[in-house]
Amino acid sequence: MFELLGTTLPSRLFLGTAQYPSPAILADAVQASGTSVVTVSLRREMAGGRDGEKFWSLIRSLGTRILPNTAGCHSVKEAVTTAKMAREVFGTSWIKLEVIGNHDTLQPDVFGLVEAARILCDDGFAVFPYTTDDLVAAERLLEAGCMVLMPWCAPIGSALGPVNIPALRSMRAHFPGVPLIVDAGLGRPSHAATVMELGFDAVLLNTAVARAADPVGMARAFGKAVDAGREAFLSGMLEPRDVAVPSTPTIGRAVFS
Amino acid sequence: MKLIVNGQALEIDASTLAELLAALDYEGDWLATAVNSDLVHRVNRAEFQLSDGDRIEILSPMQGG
Repeated sequence: MFELLGTTLPSRLFLGTAQYPSPAILADAVQASGTSVVTVSLRREMAGGRDGEKFWSLIRSLGTRILPNTAGCHSVKEAVTTAKMAREVFGTSWIKLEVIGNHDTLQPDVFGLVEAARILCDDGFAVFPYTTDDLVAAERLLEAGCMVLMPWCAPIGSALGPVNIPALRSMRAHFPGVPLIVDAGLGRPSHAATVMELGFDAVLLNTAVARAADPVGMARAFGKAVDAGREAFLSGMLEPRDVAVPSTPTIGRAVFS
Repeated sequence: MKLIVNGQALEIDASTLAELLAALDYEGDWLATAVNSDLVHRVNRAEFQLSDGDRIEILSPMQGG
């Protein structure tokens, strides 16, 4: 169980809903992963169209919490307006706040992110900021009113996994009481297990599941990896050593010479 | 009146945002609207007066990561 912002979540895996081969596979993947939070977005609806209605019906049938995002926003104004529109449509004050600063890396614009976070927190939103592993940016986001941080571990969709583990470790150590959710860059279940072993509270991923050859199987695998990593963190892992240490007791062994 | 709706220039006879949605055959409670980059709440669409050149965004739920 994961206590987050006064809500009890059965799973520490947050799953994106984009890029699946079909709506049915998306639904099956959500089920297999055990996730209790899915991310969604808002896009232009063409005149007379019903695309949004179909997707919205599907999402509501999943029975999970919804975390809308501001994906694709490159300015504070865009992100703030999109967040407000999402709150009206989805009926939740949770918002995954993205303010993108670079077209190639999709790196967050942390300056715009802090500004937008302050506006939205003041307006009653529960802001989940998609940020980097920069500690100063993290502090500013907390000062702006964020109760959760969502650092990347690698660029969105890159599948690189945690490329800067010391930075993630440092972030965990600096903000012991803040829910930290690794968002973006995870490629395989072992990546998810690794960041959970570091003490991160949850992970958010999309492409690694949706683009797998078998998204449903991969969703299940990620669910297990997240659980395993969390349990390992709670169980206290052995630190690496430079020397061999026998695991079999040496006391009482026979002497033949 | 000339309006920009979801990035497309239109010449349309609609004085309020609600009239515009009806004229373009939009319906349903899953839509969100903004005019000139500011949210217009669902309950305010009927009285929201449009002006020549307004930029309107009409959004709906979509897959997201």
